Amino acid sequence: MSNDRPPRVRRGAPIRRPHPGRTLVLLAVLVALLFGAVGAGSIWGAARWSPGLALDLEGGTQVVLTPRAVDGGEVDTEQVQRAANIIRQRVDATGVSEAQVQVQGGENITVSIPGRATREQLDLIARSAQLRMRPVIYAEPVAQSMEPEPTAVPEEGATPTDGTTPTDGATATDATTPTPTPTPTQSADGAAAPAALQQATTAPAEPVAPAEPAPTPPSLTELATPRPTPGPGQPSEAPTPAPTDASDDAWLSSPGLVEVFQALDCTDPAQRAGGLVGDPDLPLVTCDVEGTEKYVLGPAVIEGTQLTDATAAQARNDQGYATGGWAVQLSFDSSGNAEFQELTARISQLSDPKNRFAAVLDGLVVTAPVVSQTIAGNPEITGNFTQASAEALAQQLKFGALPLSFEVQTEEQISATLGEDQLRNGLIAGLVGLLLVVAYSVLQYRALAVVTIGSLALAALLTYGVILLLSWLQGFRLSLAGVAGLIVAVGITADSFIIFFERVRDEIRDGRVLSSAVEAGWHRARRTILVSDAVSLLSAVVLFVLAVGNVRGFAYTLGITTLIDLLVVVLFTHPVVALLARTKFFGGGHKLSGFDPEHLGSTVARHALHHGAHRPTVAERRAAERARAAQDDGTGAAADGGADDEAARTGGAGAASDRSDA
Amino acid sequence: MGMAALGNRLYTGESSFDFVGRRKLWFLIAAAFVALSAVLLVKPGLNFGIEFEGGSQFRVTGSSDQQAAREAVESVLPGTVPEVTQVGTNGVRVQTETVSTAELDRVRQELATALDVPLEDVTSSTVGPSWGQDVTNQALLALVIFFVLVSVVMALYFRTWTMALASMVALVHDLVITAGVYALIGFEVTPASVIGFLTILGYSLYDTVVVFDKVRENTAEAFVKRNRTFAQAANLAVNQTVVRSVNTTVVALLPVAAILFIGDLLLGAGTLRDISLALFVGTIVGAYSSIFVATPLLVVLRSREPRVRALDAAVRERGGAGQAEAAPAGATAAGTSAGGTTGGAA
Repeated sequence: MSNDRPPRVRRGAPIRRPHPGRTLVLLAVLVALLFGAVGAGSIWGAARWSPGLALDLEGGTQVVLTPRAVDGGEVDTEQVQRAANIIRQRVDATGVSEAQVQVQGGENITVSIPGRATREQLDLIARSAQLRMRPVIYAEPVAQSMEPEPTAVPEEGATPTDGTTPTDGATATDATTPTPTPTPTQSADGAAAPAALQQATTAPAEPVAPAEPAPTPPSLTELATPRPTPGPGQPSEAPTPAPTDASDDAWLSSPGLVEVFQALDCTDPAQRAGGLVGDPDLPLVTCDVEGTEKYVLGPAVIEGTQLTDATAAQARNDQGYATGGWAVQLSFDSSGNAEFQELTARISQLSDPKNRFAAVLDGLVVTAPVVSQTIAGNPEITGNFTQASAEALAQQLKFGALPLSFEVQTEEQISATLGEDQLRNGLIAGLVGLLLVVAYSVLQYRALAVVTIGSLALAALLTYGVILLLSWLQGFRLSLAGVAGLIVAVGITADSFIIFFERVRDEIRDGRVLSSAVEAGWHRARRTILVSDAVSLLSAVVLFVLAVGNVRGFAYTLGITTLIDLLVVVLFTHPVVALLARTKFFGGGHKLSGFDPEHLGSTVARHALHHGAHRPTVAERRAAERARAAQDDGTGAAADGGADDEAARTGGAGAASDRSDA
Repeated sequence: MGMAALGNRLYTGESSFDFVGRRKLWFLIAAAFVALSAVLLVKPGLNFGIEFEGGSQFRVTGSSDQQAAREAVESVLPGTVPEVTQVGTNGVRVQTETVSTAELDRVRQELATALDVPLEDVTSSTVGPSWGQDVTNQALLALVIFFVLVSVVMALYFRTWTMALASMVALVHDLVITAGVYALIGFEVTPASVIGFLTILGYSLYDTVVVFDKVRENTAEAFVKRNRTFAQAANLAVNQTVVRSVNTTVVALLPVAAILFIGDLLLGAGTLRDISLALFVGTIVGAYSSIFVATPLLVVLRSREPRVRALDAAVRERGGAGQAEAAPAGATAAGTSAGGTTGGAA
């Protein structure tokens, strides 16, 4: 039946002889690579042989937050990303292992915490975040730190005074006593501040401060501070003899400040969870983000909203040559500029550590550079920056331009028992679905169902491998919706085989011998499978990019399985059918093969039967083929060569068929 | 093997269903169903879950004492009327208005005590009032973008906008009717149902693409050989792919049905049931529409093209095709064998 080849296939002339063996070897290599990677990952990396489970299967708490600008402005995607980083810092600091913070749909932040989360942790995560600049009143290095803090120096056109740690060398001697007790020493230039703090410590003005047991956080800190747990905090009110400026030592005698300072243990990551907005008019006791230094900071001088931009740039010296280092350049608005100039004019005259100012983001110090001169223009923070660390700092500072609060959209506490139930039943459903598909396949395609089963098994294997790989490399977690996606995919994957098989049957109905029918059918089915898979993939991608929560898990697995479906059909189903077509059982069109020409009513067979009312012989089939070829009009004639070729092969099939039927 | 035999007869045109010829009937049916669904969507309307309306939900695993659950919730939240339902074989679900986080913790605790289960077995979720709007907006945006992209892909692949339009109309038909079924039965619409709805998009198109691919092939041939009208060629394509459509639909439905029934029987309301329900309805409607809506509509859309008119005129002139458009079902064997022997139809 050459006359119904569409022009495309006809022009495609001799159908290329496939090399099913080679394709299968390629596939085996792919599978080996996939599982080899996971295996290697499990030995040397963090890969595991079971996929990571999302919260709805594992149990845990999930919170969806939407960042909102405090002043009601628009929050762009970049801001959301920065906000997510802040939340990540908070979550990581609470010590929750394997918590995930993701931006979804461009505007929501999903926090997934496996296991149980306390109400305090959840409240902390959702607190609003702000950037403020405060002058340093007192700073104390934290002993355990081995890494030098890249203490930065704002310089405007001056040579970067880039020391390893140009903070007060005197207090560094305290490194031997890793207690949270402030141990002020007589540093050459910083005598006043520690003295004041010491005075406050030894002779407490507050009624509720007896002699402090040094290493343990005193429980009465709660009296002096609203915080129930130790951590960064503020005094309850300003000291009564009002301090003269933001750097005044008088701030140290604020009620409760000393208790907060003593209770604060910067080496404890949990105390560096951030989330403290605080009162800008009160001093702040806090740590830096890394936990290497502990500070008493004066009231806020500049609000983050006054900062218009922060960018990482190559540091330059006086002559304008790049020094090879990196710097962070700040831009303020006009009021910010004025205030910054005032601040630097004042504190550059003071001794260390009061000549430093701290950028406090989310209650933690992200940087506290030394100021050596009055800065009128846009300041530049230099120091031991790498490009990455400069960019990271710039990102953190940029956040300050738009203070955000977080609106809790949903909060879910999912029981692990329920998750187990759901997973188990989901897997049962998947298995039942798989068996039903296999059963239907056997009913429809007889022995050919072996190919379906093999392909499905292979698809399952590949999917599992890919999910393991993604769990490892991408932090992918399988959710219940994802499981549903996988189960639904069984049907969609099997659909490609059906399209292929039915196409091959069509070709057999046209009288082709199986091996040629497989190739011709494949050429046509491939187009259909490609375009329909493309549509599926498109819907998966659109869903994944735009949707929130559950939908993403589903879209993700659906997308993966669509790609795997394509891979399996091309690299497995087709070559295997091509190989099977060479066997006597299939190629001969055995009754149970699913490709039995007579059963499929090959027109050749039927035509002959019609005329002769007996089993057609090879010669008769050829004759019939020629007769019909002759009947065709011009287009048919054009393909005559092909028709003869096919007729000859059809004859062969007929013979084989006769033999196997006999 | 009934299907293969039927497939043979449909393939050769020996038997044929008149999908295209009776299009007025199909359009009427489709319009009626869409209209009915539209009415249902207005009244009683869709039953949105707390994810869309805002609210709090508690789910206890390991006990199904509804009365105790109700009392426990009322003791913490006096004055509220909790909605208590049994879920699955051994679970209770309580829905209330949005409660504060502090109350949330207390209700959980109270439920665990009252129903004598560990606190970990009480699942709670609370959804703010604006969240549903966000989710809906995102889903609608996804829908619009998907429609635009798919229209472009289809138009490029088939090289005619008519196919893109016909498949989009069929898609809208599927979505509206599926939503109508939801409204009719009063199933709860959750984000998981939305996943199901959106997946229907992909699946319904999958089916339509398979049919249209064959339509394209057959009509291309008809243009060359001038042995069939456009409508006849399209009708033959539908007949030739109908077995395939049934097979792919059944195979796609089997796993979905498995999730639906196992999810419903063993788990009650939840992600699995919600996704599979939408898919179950949508897949059936999608398979129906690619045969009864998309293809006939395509024929209507293209019948005005000069090229198609010329073809139809030429075929009528030759007279071989007999019945002007798609042959009536009864006379198909004769009608479609115009190309010569039965083989011509293949």
